[in-house]
Amino acid sequence: MADGVKPRVKVPSKAAAGEAITIKTLISHPMESGQRKDSSGNVIPRSIINRFTCEFNGESVIDITMEPAISTNPYFEFEATVPEAGEFKFTWYDDDGSVYEDSKKIEIG
Amino acid sequence: MLFRTMTVAAAMLALTAPMSAAGGADDDVLVINEDIEITTKAAASPLLDGHLDEVISGWHFRDDDTQAMEMDDFDNPGMIFVDQAIEVWNTAEGSEGKSCADCHGTPEEMAGVRAVYPKWNEDAGEVRTMQMQINSCRTERMGAEAWKYDAADAINMEALLASVSRGMPVNVATDGPAAETWEKGKEMYYTRYGLLELSCANCHEQNYGNYIRADHLSQGQINAFPAYRLKNAKLNGVHDRFKGCIRDTRAETFSPGSPEFVALELYVASRGNGLDVEGPSVRN
Amino acid sequence: MNLTRRKTLALGGAAALAALLPKGAAAATSEEWIAEFTGGADMADSGLELTAPEIAENGNTVPIEVSAPGASEILVLATGNPTPGVAKFTFGALAASQYASTRIRLAGTQDVVAIAKLADGTFAKASKTVKVTIGGCGG
Repeated sequence: MADGVKPRVKVPSKAAAGEAITIKTLISHPMESGQRKDSSGNVIPRSIINRFTCEFNGESVIDITMEPAISTNPYFEFEATVPEAGEFKFTWYDDDGSVYEDSKKIEIG
Repeated sequence: MLFRTMTVAAAMLALTAPMSAAGGADDDVLVINEDIEITTKAAASPLLDGHLDEVISGWHFRDDDTQAMEMDDFDNPGMIFVDQAIEVWNTAEGSEGKSCADCHGTPEEMAGVRAVYPKWNEDAGEVRTMQMQINSCRTERMGAEAWKYDAADAINMEALLASVSRGMPVNVATDGPAAETWEKGKEMYYTRYGLLELSCANCHEQNYGNYIRADHLSQGQINAFPAYRLKNAKLNGVHDRFKGCIRDTRAETFSPGSPEFVALELYVASRGNGLDVEGPSVRN
Repeated sequence: MNLTRRKTLALGGAAALAALLPKGAAAATSEEWIAEFTGGADMADSGLELTAPEIAENGNTVPIEVSAPGASEILVLATGNPTPGVAKFTFGALAASQYASTRIRLAGTQDVVAIAKLADGTFAKASKTVKVTIGGCGG
């Protein structure tokens, strides 16, 4: 598990039924590309978050396959439709098998 | 040998034109989260002796995309580290079993602190930077270990304390017991260092707005530190930046936390008196 | 073993040649990425917008946006990077738009390429040249 990995997600607290909202997600992660070398000249192996998904009440909003060219502390902004009140689930999958999660509830109003 | 001579010559060429008016800083307005208005341009304080008419935040010297990253706390990657610091703030540490919160309450109650640092500490008989004061709290009051200067824990906490003072004008005291330290810092600012024989003023006072190779020179203000730099994708502290700048003049540079950098930080902070606390900022 | 000059040179030469040849399966090229994504189909010039700065403030963190109304997937490649893959966005039923924004690393000045799989199964391509500079003292 990479150290100190912390998500930070922006979801409005409420929306009108059927409204499109903007979601912003950040997560702290070094995204070691596998291109860098250490001071002895050895390649530092790749270790990145390779996938990000966002679901709402179990249905997919977006699914992103990530490669080493995504910057350190990956950021995504995208739009979701909110048909009803519920919960957004955010999941990040690490090369090393760790899974990081966050969730945000939203009300209709 | 030839390379060195050419580089010096190139550096001199880049810096020949002296500047009088503000160069290259745009007219955009910085409001964070559509809520916190940040004063990013102000009349220069009298402490500058007329060397600058107007003081300008480094925000103005970055491109639109970079500026935008600072305008929303969910675009700003520095805020992830502020979140981490909030957790540390609330966690008890050290032999006394206390957390920062136990004495200081919520981080919001620390509003105004960042704006007046570095500051003379009467009991300690020295000018202290925020990190020095934090470490004194940790070692003397919490019974915890000091944090290494500009290391992640210390920088994150400095970013948290900066974030709750955003929108408040920088106002460091430079008189009385702090005067001697301030004078030392001022002398350093105008001293040419290194093989390239560059002083802070050569770039940041005489050439802000110009380009040094592909870098858009700012006034070198520190009201917006710690800065999340796109270049290394992390928060950077003032002393680390000073160290890098002096190293880049091809000089033997000083260490973060050294008395030289404490003095320089006090002086450079005073040059920004009137600008608002802006950190954690996003820079190149 | 008694190494004659001839033998030593031959050994050295072989080693040098081996070092030049690619070891095993090399990373996929941009062309291979595109071929796999489109199956060789044509790519139209319109239907996909790619927003990227003309000059990157810093190559380590370059903000980009993609938008392709009605698309099911968008693939982004950095054709000048050692490994060109950047990301593949798959939009679900609850995506309010086929838009996404992220920050990427570019190793040098290059073309960033985006390809969208549109609603009708056809493909669209957009490309932007992003200049990546080496900074001055601070950069």
